[in-house]
Amino acid sequence: MEFKLSEEQELLRKTVRDFAEEEVAPKAAQMDEEEEFDWGLWDKMAEMGLTGVPFPEEYGGSDMDNLSYAIAVEELSRVCGSTGVTISAHTSLCCWPIYAFGTEEQKKKYLEPLANGDKVGALGLTEPSAGSDAGSVKLSAKLDGDEYILNGTKIFITNGGRADTYVVIASVDRSKGHKGTAAFIVEKDTPGFTFGKKEHKLGIRASYTYELVFEDCRIPKENKLGQDGDGFKIALKTLDGGRIGIGSQALGIAQGAFDQALEYAKNREQFGKPISSFQGLQWMLADMHTQIEAARLMIYRAAYLKDNDMPYGKEAAMGKLFASETAMSVTTKAVQIFGGYGYTREYPVERMMRDAKITEIYEGTSEVMRVVIGAHLLK
Amino acid sequence: MNIVVCLKQTFDTEAKIKLTDEGRIDSKGVSLIINPYDEFAVEEALKIKEQEGGEVTVVSVGGQKAQDALRQALAMGADKAMLVDPGTDEVDEYAAATVLAKALSGLEYDIILGGWRAIDDGSAQVAGRVAELLGIPVVNTITKLEVADGKATATREIEGGSEVLEVSLPAVLTAQKGLNEPRYPSMKGIMKAKKKPMDKTTATELGLDSLSAKVQALSFSLPKPREAGKVIDGEAPDAAKELARLLHEEAKIV
Repeated sequence: MEFKLSEEQELLRKTVRDFAEEEVAPKAAQMDEEEEFDWGLWDKMAEMGLTGVPFPEEYGGSDMDNLSYAIAVEELSRVCGSTGVTISAHTSLCCWPIYAFGTEEQKKKYLEPLANGDKVGALGLTEPSAGSDAGSVKLSAKLDGDEYILNGTKIFITNGGRADTYVVIASVDRSKGHKGTAAFIVEKDTPGFTFGKKEHKLGIRASYTYELVFEDCRIPKENKLGQDGDGFKIALKTLDGGRIGIGSQALGIAQGAFDQALEYAKNREQFGKPISSFQGLQWMLADMHTQIEAARLMIYRAAYLKDNDMPYGKEAAMGKLFASETAMSVTTKAVQIFGGYGYTREYPVERMMRDAKITEIYEGTSEVMRVVIGAHLLK
Repeated sequence: MNIVVCLKQTFDTEAKIKLTDEGRIDSKGVSLIINPYDEFAVEEALKIKEQEGGEVTVVSVGGQKAQDALRQALAMGADKAMLVDPGTDEVDEYAAATVLAKALSGLEYDIILGGWRAIDDGSAQVAGRVAELLGIPVVNTITKLEVADGKATATREIEGGSEVLEVSLPAVLTAQKGLNEPRYPSMKGIMKAKKKPMDKTTATELGLDSLSAKVQALSFSLPKPREAGKVIDGEAPDAAKELARLLHEEAKIV
């Protein structure tokens, strides 16, 4: 067992951290305030190869492993949770299912421009009445000659509105329940495919969250990803990997808040000495750091398992569960350490606390994570 | 076009400098970076290569850790790296320049680039000394560079304006802030960096047996911590009078 990153992974961490601190951090508060992502950052990330970290070069990727991808999302999220999830949703939820389930043709046509960052990707899974119960999707896909006709809506779609390529889960046969689902690739600007309302959120406010509306939207039948009946399976597999991304995002948010809190505690003086000299504060910092390190080991291990073609669904769920609860607990403590200042928008910790909450909810709530872990234990 | 960049690994610009009990600079736990002026030099070398073709070799004098700085330059796009272990901790400008010149004399070069100074000791001597030892011209603190027909045209800031100089190649040119905006290594660059050649050698292997510094640092001291500001109480006319008195008598600035 070796607890050491490779030379490449170390250099990747340093590179992404430099980029995040120099380019992303100065914009994070404003992007949050204005609920707008700076897509100039996307172009820079594309140039660096951060839009397709774990995919082969032949499909536009950077040919790195999933652990490298986890570290990249962690470092971006350390300064801005919105930037972290924008990359994570694109990579894990759109590029990956096309990479894992797409035909050679689909990969060339869709994955390459996504991975090299020319295009932005999103996954359309959640519906008003199909959240954790992902198998009960109502978006219908009806075969008509050489085309499928899509009708229905998707909600809470990360990167929605801006994304060029969407993987959507639809039902081809409602009578078969989740066995009647299939996945499709839909391009922006396809007639009949429009965007509904934009969500205004507590946190990750610079990340786009939109409703997708399909009204007699016709797509070529070769845009089907996998076979009829595969939709639910593709969604679950995608979420397994997505949880490594969200776990990394949570880990990064926690680390960012901890770094801020530690620095503040060393410099803030009360009663004539730094507040870090009080044992109560030291215990808080010790707990925060311990939780973060444990979360990191869990996330990295899930990524390692994926990289080595071993089962990782349970480990990804445990990592996501622990990292997201860590993020919530650590960011709350960070605000507490900053006291009144922490509650203001003068400092980034309140934003980090707001950003942390979503990691306990999306790509499977903490409750669903426990259900997933339990199911693994009892199967 | 063969381009050589001399680079030094330095403390991170945000590192808090501490002294050991023996009064030396404590490098424990400090994160290390490419000297920012040298990073401009690396970027400029890559730009010349992209325009003119050729090869970029990065050279550093330092211990094993300096490999990280060289690897980063390789990830940015340099082709080859050379690390020379000076075999001693006491490396002054004379020693560093002697080692570099010796290492460079075994390479082919049309242009040698470096930062005009390192942010740690800030002596701004090494590049000039290397040029002298190699018997080639040096142009310092450049903010613009064009290379064509065996010549380099460089712009440098001077008091009250700027001057444009032409120099025949080979030459040493040192980078000033403003020359360019260094790129971040790309992920592909990082993956390729490991496969690029890293030549590790020592001063002894280069034939420099009894290398010793001619200048030695006797002691280091940290700047005095900033003192708290002074608040002058009282009504405005009196307070202003008191402020003027303090500026004159205590601060001695008016």
